[in-house]
Amino acid sequence: MRLRPPTNMVDPRAKRYWMAGEAISNGVVTLVLGLLAFLIEPARPWLLLALGVALLIGIPYMIIMPIWRFRVHRWEITEDAVYTRSGWLWQEWRIAPMSRIQTVDTKRGPLEQAYRLSRVTVTTASAAGPLTIKGLDHEVAADLAEKLTEVTQANRGDAT
Amino acid sequence: MIALEDGWQRLHPRTVQVTSLWVAGIAAGIAVPFVLGFASAAGLGLMLLIAAGGIVLVTGIAAVADLMRWRHTAYRVTDERVEVRYSWVLHSHRSVPRDRVRTVDLVSDPVQRMFGVAKLKIGTGQQTSESSHVTLDPVGKAEAEVLRRELLRRADSTESAESDGDEISSLSWRWIRYAPVSVTTPILGAAAFGAVMQVSEWFQLQGAVFTTVRDLFGGLSIIGLIAVLVAAAIVVGVIGSLGLFVEMWYGYSLRREDGNLVMSRGLLNTRSLTLERSRLRGVEVVEPLGVRVMRAARVDVIATGMRHRAEDENTDPKTLLPAAPFDVARRVAAEVLGSEAATATAVTGHPRAALWRRVRWGLYSVLAFTGLLAVLGLLLTDVLLHLAWILAVVLTPAAVFLAFESYRNLGHGLAEKHLVARFGVGSRRTAALLRSGVIGWTISSSPFQRRAGLVTVKATTAASRGAYPAYDVGLDDGLRFADEAVPGLLTPFLEPRR
Repeated sequence: MRLRPPTNMVDPRAKRYWMAGEAISNGVVTLVLGLLAFLIEPARPWLLLALGVALLIGIPYMIIMPIWRFRVHRWEITEDAVYTRSGWLWQEWRIAPMSRIQTVDTKRGPLEQAYRLSRVTVTTASAAGPLTIKGLDHEVAADLAEKLTEVTQANRGDAT
Repeated sequence: MIALEDGWQRLHPRTVQVTSLWVAGIAAGIAVPFVLGFASAAGLGLMLLIAAGGIVLVTGIAAVADLMRWRHTAYRVTDERVEVRYSWVLHSHRSVPRDRVRTVDLVSDPVQRMFGVAKLKIGTGQQTSESSHVTLDPVGKAEAEVLRRELLRRADSTESAESDGDEISSLSWRWIRYAPVSVTTPILGAAAFGAVMQVSEWFQLQGAVFTTVRDLFGGLSIIGLIAVLVAAAIVVGVIGSLGLFVEMWYGYSLRREDGNLVMSRGLLNTRSLTLERSRLRGVEVVEPLGVRVMRAARVDVIATGMRHRAEDENTDPKTLLPAAPFDVARRVAAEVLGSEAATATAVTGHPRAALWRRVRWGLYSVLAFTGLLAVLGLLLTDVLLHLAWILAVVLTPAAVFLAFESYRNLGHGLAEKHLVARFGVGSRRTAALLRSGVIGWTISSSPFQRRAGLVTVKATTAASRGAYPAYDVGLDDGLRFADEAVPGLLTPFLEPRR
């Protein structure tokens, strides 16, 4: 027996969004280490070595992680449950029954905004963390949140 | 109780005295080292005068602040709601529907008890909303007791308010023998040394302390001295943990009242916690290593609205029974659950691959640690090199032992109404969680787990820790366990393996 993948993929733009995030991190590291190397002459070889190592890891990560992650990140809504898969090397499947959902939020950071993406966060009464679907198109996310809100409002009780 | 308009009431007026006494005490405690420290430089009389003035000033400010807080705080309990309002400088109004009230926690410290008042915390078990609890700090002891009973009383209850309920367990002083084997012993022992150092520093006597120790044990070698100090720490730790046990568990009793669980305990700081029965999601039987060797166990409650707080792991009111003989723990767990699920369920072990993972973790950590020491040893001094091989010889079997211990403690099983999950290295925890209280599943796998065909299956719940895990269970076994525990939830997402 195994868990089948959830039916829906996230928006393909998510790949570029994740790449952009990594590109920014790499850029900041390069800028800081480069500037320090320029200013502090005695430590220059060491700083450049550190920069080299950082980029040797950072650049492949920037290329491989988003592609891999895009293949893993999936989501599905049925009549009874929300089902998500996330991660890339370390993967996580989460299932929450509709009847136990407490809140539904859509959020987008500045970078997500630039790629017209949103994330939907579904919380239950558990302290072990919400279900988050990242990398959805604005409209898909809004529709999804609306649908989930409708279903959960129909539920009675405090969902514990 | 002072009545205002519309059923609003003030808190107990003696809060001002309580606060003043606390602040005066703390201020005096802080003043002592200053007075002694500067006495030689500025004169004892002057320092005492300054200290007294400081204490009076601070206490006065605190008293006035608390008086204002008291004057502008009011609460009321109506048929539908519990409300608290505060209206001075800031305005706030908290209101909790009475049918959402799930816990009533009554706490009083020695000063509060001297003045016959108690702090009342009313919780709803809601973790996400703002109005998760209201606190009445303080109300009169009698009023608090009435509120505690009334707030959790159900309309259909026939029991009279005077009955004491059925006792599930009460303190047996023989349990105190499990106190010294807990982690508090070394912690208190180490803390005692810290305290001696700190206090002697205040009085600038650190040199004198060292001299005294040297004179006392001057004849001993360094190993002998260490042995003496460790022995002293153990003695202090044992005395401390016995004292702590008495303070925490004096007068302990666990009983059922209107179907709700009521636990009360404490010598100086008393506490009584009332848990509504509908909040109960299960129990956790905890067996720390020392206690397990003595065939004893502790019982913790799994209930909604009790956030798991790591910092006061042992003092939280979640503990229903302190370490007690296993038979007592089994009986208490069974009475709370209404079944023997926590102790009688057949628990399936996990695949061998889980053991090899643990052995690898242990060996890698030993390797990393000793490797680092060895590298430093090569670069700096031979002493570290010797330390590295000695540690490798000592730690390797220890790591393997812990790996086996951790593997043996893994398990999961199903009872009629509960699912049982067990794990732990050192402290073994067996959770029996109500199957109807499972509000979702989290299944995770690392690349290493995938290669070994393992997953970690966590049942999420609104109660306590939020999720109860079966670590490193075989993929088929784990999914079947989750599917059977909560029928239907996982089924649509399963497929046969290709």
